[in-house]
Amino acid sequence: MELLNTLGSTFRDVLPIAAILIFFQVAVLRRRPPNLRRIIGGFALVLVGLALFLIGLEQALFPIGETMAQQLTAPERVGLGGAGGEVDWRNYWLVYVFAAAIGFATTVAEPALIAVALKAEEVSGGSIKSWGLRLAVAVGVAVGVSLGCFRIVTGTPLPWYIIGAYVIVIVQTFRSARTIVPLAYDSGGVTTSTVTVPVVAALGLGLAGSIPGRSPLIDGFGLIAFASVFPIMSVLAYAMAASWWVERRGQAPSSKNTSRGG
Amino acid sequence: MLVRQARTLWEKEYVQFLAPMARQLLDSLRDLAPIVLVIAFFQIVVLRQPFPDLGNVAIGMVSVLVGLGLFIKGLESGLFPLGESLARGFASKGNLLALLAFSFCLGFGTTVAEPALIAIAGEAADVAAEAGTIDDTDSARGSYAMTLRLVVAVAVGIAIVVGVLRILKGWPVHWLIIGGYVLVTLMTLLAPEEIIGVAYDSGGVTTSTITVPLVTALGVGLAMSIRSRNPMVDGFGLIAFASLTPMICVLGYGMVA
Repeated sequence: MELLNTLGSTFRDVLPIAAILIFFQVAVLRRRPPNLRRIIGGFALVLVGLALFLIGLEQALFPIGETMAQQLTAPERVGLGGAGGEVDWRNYWLVYVFAAAIGFATTVAEPALIAVALKAEEVSGGSIKSWGLRLAVAVGVAVGVSLGCFRIVTGTPLPWYIIGAYVIVIVQTFRSARTIVPLAYDSGGVTTSTVTVPVVAALGLGLAGSIPGRSPLIDGFGLIAFASVFPIMSVLAYAMAASWWVERRGQAPSSKNTSRGG
Repeated sequence: MLVRQARTLWEKEYVQFLAPMARQLLDSLRDLAPIVLVIAFFQIVVLRQPFPDLGNVAIGMVSVLVGLGLFIKGLESGLFPLGESLARGFASKGNLLALLAFSFCLGFGTTVAEPALIAIAGEAADVAAEAGTIDDTDSARGSYAMTLRLVVAVAVGIAIVVGVLRILKGWPVHWLIIGGYVLVTLMTLLAPEEIIGVAYDSGGVTTSTITVPLVTALGVGLAMSIRSRNPMVDGFGLIAFASLTPMICVLGYGMVA
């Protein structure tokens, strides 16, 4: 029953995409794509797969994850026992650890990121490893969500962090290889999807709701923004570190490497 | 003889079907292990609570595993080839207007019904009502949320159009993105405070799990079908635009509304 429901809502989400694809394919391109049956079969697999994936998450993990976020941010846990207690950001260290761990873990399982990473590995001819890219992105989300929780606890303005992150990204852009920059920018947008958003949103709302003087409505926002900017930084940093490493190690046997690579 | 035939048949079947399937399952297991470990660790060690409803959790995990496996299989046989064939189709047709119309529709159509966006637009309406920007009635909040969704969807449509134009013209992606960052920074100074969090978050929620593979394959396919373009440099970047323009448009909406 639940399967049918989720399948139905996944199907509804896909309907506009399918309508646009079919319209342009039939009315504008007027050509059958090759392997039409295989493509339709693949589309069906994607739908069923995504529905099963979401149902499973909703059954198994989201409830526990959300309760956990509430429990970890509950006032009693962080020593706010009495009313009007002063908020000390250090008392929340467990929240930062949880935020980083869950941000990392949900990003590794994010289907949209798997898709982009697979494509990047294919297009780069294997010089970018799908697993390495996903780990780099996940580290970025971990740092971002953790810092975002710190911001909610301290109540510091969101723009400082995001604009500060932009400045770092811009500096990194000019020091990175041209081929990695677009992919790094893209990886910021794909991290926050089906798996990450529900858990991270619950964390933000729970945190903002439990701290005196913070409104869940106003201070609860912003975690997704953190989770979208920091992966850009971590992917660029990973690429810079990788090329630095290759350069350093490649000093001696570089002639051998280039002749093989060329 | 028969045994050998049966064996080669088995090996063929195994190599073609079972081995990739098993590999896929192992990969999915590896992808999901961190979530399970993190939640189990915090539940048992930190919060010192038993794992509730272990049977249900196990069934859910199997469903997640199988679902992820099917999704990736379908990605490779369905969404990627479709995106690429569309890119080739538009490139060989050479009709720029049709390509741009398609890009806009794809961005707009996939965003306007995005569940994460619907959720965030509803919350944003609550914020606006609390801040006194709009009346605290259901109809005022409903129309605010709907307008916000349309604004974001138009923004994503524009993003894909600009992104596709950029691939065709070979503009470097970073100048456009940095220009966008500067614009976001300037608008942050001018926009009302309560819209800023919503605007920043709206960039992240727009790109759904089905849109991303399709749009990525489209971008890479376009870059591949134009001779002087490099798929790594020019093919990626569409998603980046789709996460930037909603921020600009929502900030703009906050300044006007």
